[in-house]
Amino acid sequence: MILVWLIVLLLAAGPVAWMLERRESQWSRWIALGALAIDLVLALILWTEREATVSLSNQGVWLADLSIPWIPRFGITFHLALDGLSLLLVLLTIFLGVTAVAASWTEIRERAGFFYFNLLWVLAGVLGVFLAMDLFLFFVFWEVMLVPMYFLISVWGHEHRVYAAVKFFLFTQAGSLLMLIAILGLTFIHTQQTGVVTFDYQQLLGTTMDQTVALWLMLGFFAAFAVKLPAVPFHAWLPDAHTEAPTGGSVILAGLLLKTGAYGLIRFAVPLFPDAAQAFAPVAMVLGMVGILYGAVLAFAQTDLKRLVAYSSISHLGFVLLGVFSWNAIALEGAVMQMLAHGITTGALFILAGALQERLGTRDMRRMGGLWATVPRFGAITLVFSIASLGLPGSGNFLGEFLVLLGSYRANVLVTVLAALGLVAAVIYSLAIMQRIFHGPAGESWTAPDLSTRDLVTLGAMIAVQVWLGLYPQPVLDTAGQALQNLRGFGEVTVLISRR
Amino acid sequence: MLDLLWLVPALPLLGFLALAVAGGWFSRRTIALIGVGSVGLSLAVAGLVGFAFTGLSGTPGRPYDQILWTWLQISGFGPTIGFYLDSLSLVMMLVITLVGFLIHLYSAEFMLDHGKEPAPAGLGRAGGIGQAGVSAPAGQAGENDSGYRRFFAYMNLFVVAMLTLVLADNLLLLYLGWEGVGLCSYLLIGFWYRDPANGAAAQKAFIVTRLGDVALAIGLFVLLTHLGTLNIQDLMARAAEQWPVGSGLATIAAFLLLGGAIGKSAQLPLQTWLPDAMAGPTPVSALIHAATMVTAGMYLIARTHVLYSLAPTAQAAVAVIGAVTLLLAACSALVQRDIKRVLAYSTISQIGYMFLALGVGAWAAALFHFTTHAFFKALLFLAAGVVIRSLHEEHDIYRMGGLRHALPVTFWTFLIGAASLAGFPLVTAGFYSKDWILWEAWASPLGSPWLWGAGLCGAFLTALYSFRLVFNVFFGEAKAEAGSRPGLMMKGPLIVLAAGSLVAGFLEVPRVLGDVSLFSEFTHSVLPSFETATSVTTESALQIVTMLAALLGISVAYVLFLRRPGLVTAVIGTAWGSALSRFWIEGWGFDRLYDTWFVRPFLWVAQANKDDLIDQVYSGLAWLIRQFFAVLHRTQTGQVRWYAAILAAGSVVIVALVVLS
Repeated sequence: MILVWLIVLLLAAGPVAWMLERRESQWSRWIALGALAIDLVLALILWTEREATVSLSNQGVWLADLSIPWIPRFGITFHLALDGLSLLLVLLTIFLGVTAVAASWTEIRERAGFFYFNLLWVLAGVLGVFLAMDLFLFFVFWEVMLVPMYFLISVWGHEHRVYAAVKFFLFTQAGSLLMLIAILGLTFIHTQQTGVVTFDYQQLLGTTMDQTVALWLMLGFFAAFAVKLPAVPFHAWLPDAHTEAPTGGSVILAGLLLKTGAYGLIRFAVPLFPDAAQAFAPVAMVLGMVGILYGAVLAFAQTDLKRLVAYSSISHLGFVLLGVFSWNAIALEGAVMQMLAHGITTGALFILAGALQERLGTRDMRRMGGLWATVPRFGAITLVFSIASLGLPGSGNFLGEFLVLLGSYRANVLVTVLAALGLVAAVIYSLAIMQRIFHGPAGESWTAPDLSTRDLVTLGAMIAVQVWLGLYPQPVLDTAGQALQNLRGFGEVTVLISRR
Repeated sequence: MLDLLWLVPALPLLGFLALAVAGGWFSRRTIALIGVGSVGLSLAVAGLVGFAFTGLSGTPGRPYDQILWTWLQISGFGPTIGFYLDSLSLVMMLVITLVGFLIHLYSAEFMLDHGKEPAPAGLGRAGGIGQAGVSAPAGQAGENDSGYRRFFAYMNLFVVAMLTLVLADNLLLLYLGWEGVGLCSYLLIGFWYRDPANGAAAQKAFIVTRLGDVALAIGLFVLLTHLGTLNIQDLMARAAEQWPVGSGLATIAAFLLLGGAIGKSAQLPLQTWLPDAMAGPTPVSALIHAATMVTAGMYLIARTHVLYSLAPTAQAAVAVIGAVTLLLAACSALVQRDIKRVLAYSTISQIGYMFLALGVGAWAAALFHFTTHAFFKALLFLAAGVVIRSLHEEHDIYRMGGLRHALPVTFWTFLIGAASLAGFPLVTAGFYSKDWILWEAWASPLGSPWLWGAGLCGAFLTALYSFRLVFNVFFGEAKAEAGSRPGLMMKGPLIVLAAGSLVAGFLEVPRVLGDVSLFSEFTHSVLPSFETATSVTTESALQIVTMLAALLGISVAYVLFLRRPGLVTAVIGTAWGSALSRFWIEGWGFDRLYDTWFVRPFLWVAQANKDDLIDQVYSGLAWLIRQFFAVLHRTQTGQVRWYAAILAAGSVVIVALVVLS
């Protein structure tokens, strides 16, 4: 039941935050923070309980499982389940949710109640995506994420917010539509073969079908996830959306929504169609490699700080795509580590960018320079996350990228070597952040307050998590490991079945 | 006592954290106390550990592996956070903590008035990626104390990373230290951040070395995939077991590690970042860009020497790279005007000697030269720092002169350093280490007269450029008034390092001259040596030639730069002379080459694709749809006569189609 509470709490807190705004405008942010804090405690309880029962749970696939019939006629159930992979992403969701609320604390003044309503509902949607084990339910949550996010961008965004929001909506929706067709197709084939109508993930696993059909269905899923990830060339919505969104929205977009794409690949696209995925893997790995380099070169060229960080996301998520389609234990662990570390690092960079914009009123780096003297704490913390972003050992980003490349080396040497050049490109754009904003001669004579205590607490916590991921990652690797092994198992089992 | 090993890197780490988190509340005195004290304590612990390791007899004990925790563990890949102590890492650790402590002590005084003042833009500094050079703005006011704190925080962090690099028991942890020193190098080169030229130099250093690091990382993938571990000792054992001499995988792996080594150690063709790195404060140049970090490549190859023994091609490449680098860099050192750039090229050249030694299998000789070089090169930089400071940021040696009266301690210590660098026979440490390398280059089974000849030419050039500095800076007429004099905290380290530059050589004295082999015996268990069949007569003949090369270099320097300075001017006056000297000043045109081939194309592509061509395609699609909409939209005029006309026309067309088909 705890799984339902995680989601329902946020769904319920949303309207409350909205309503109470009329009473007292301060209340809504406290409600949002409170709801997320309770969620965080619940999720941590889940994790510690799991640690206690880790030796027992090896046989079962799920750490928590809940299934309630919903529309029995079409075999649709309200099926939520949690394994290590979902657990880590749930924790990331709630943690970044808290930081997003903290980052919006003073930024959002207009219609704050409605803002927090949307924020909480996006987060609820993301949680649902990570927990749903019924494909229909998954699709519902997939859409629940989308609409509030659209409002977050189009209402509280910056100059070109409406353009960015519509672009975001169109790209995502086009991908979703293809996925819906693929879901229906898969269910249809399964029904033909077994006579049972079901959308349940576990029952659909191992459905055998013609190779061509499998490839098309897999591509349907891949389309939705590749847009969200984003994989080049489906990334065009991302720079606009990330740049125009308010700080909290950017944190959630980069930290979480992109991860739903990666999660979808690991959970659905590959295990449901293992053979098709294997055939498609070389293409996907090349796309990942191209994304790494293409995003990095574009990031360097930007003059808008948020745009630079946005393009760096494309580069970082390229590693995830590369790792997922290498589909071995090391590469998958690396992909998961990269997802978590990228969520923290990029989230923090967006918080910093937002705080800078709040102080200076601009994101244009050509007008900045020499700010270290004015705001040294700002500079120091940006430095920490810039070097995490370039993958310095000691950060989670390094382990993520190292493990992905180590794993992909076994799958494809040439692609790995080219992708490794992304490590050089990452240095170029990450150091450019420092040089253009904090070093060099003073651009204009800015006077701005340094980071507040609230910012320092938020960002300090993010640094702590990042260093923990980088130097003592074993708890995280273990938590993900069992789930990934099971997922790989699905793949192998179905391969065996289909070959018989 | 050995289990205190972890404290050696942990103490400076504590210092870094204290300065980074709470440094804002500290006075300068406290900052210096923490910054210098943490490294001092680390040195003390390192000494204790070293004593425990060798015991009273002075022979190394059994290697000691201290595992703190398992870093990660996935499907058989389980690197640890663990430190490994044997005679190789012990020598490295002691040199790093000792030289590091002395330089920290020196900095406590040196940085007092330098925390706020930017160095003037250097001479002929080439720009990398980033903005073009702009003259330095005056003063970094308002940032005074935080600069002092920032400096010691970064320096402490550097010592942590460097110690991690040499103590790591596996290549992944080594890689952590490897990248960590690169980060600190970047931070400290760009320490005076207001000047964009410093920022460019800092970024160039990070980017160029990262290229090497990527090769190293791929090397780790190869080793781990094919040998199944990254623990260095296991790795070497398995490599020797599974790979025959000359095997393809061993060669590839050795070349990839070499890629990392040449990046970090500024060897051809990735040497271009080091001269620009002189933009950092002088103590930084002394510690990072002379004594310790840049020798990391030497350490890596010495540490994995088993692998190189399996890959003769790669090892030969090491020797050739070393020989060519030492010559090219020595020529460039000969013509620089900026005192720090002379020393920078000299560092590249001396590391070339170390690579030459590694390439001919003289592992211990390379380590020995690292040790003596750490003393005399740190000394030269620190003394140069005194000179520069005293002449108000003057870097140009032609605007110095006659300083031996004004700065006597600095003069004598600099002279000792330069003599050691030049390999002045019998009394200096540099002579013994260089002589050992040259001897091995001749006598080792992997050596050749060519390599020896290159080293010998280098020895002559080294003596020439070292004493060019001495004569120009300290002799002749005084061209500028010496300002501030160094205090005790700056003189002390100079004197200690000078002593080291003299006596360190007596640890290893060749057969003819006294036959001491303390150093090679101490390191023998880790770094094996060749049995050579060459006779004592040949050896002494070669030694005499080496001595003569050094003495000749010094004499020529005396004639050219003190007695007859007109000669040099005349040579440079000729068309050939001026072209050659400009070519050498620019470091053989590498910067220009890379700028044309790599930097500009990259910048062009980045600029051309700034707005993301793929996005433009989508925008084009959207535009097309809007045009289509606009066309259709125009048909909806609301005028009935138009609708009727189109209806009629459509009907006619359809009827015509039906009738005619």
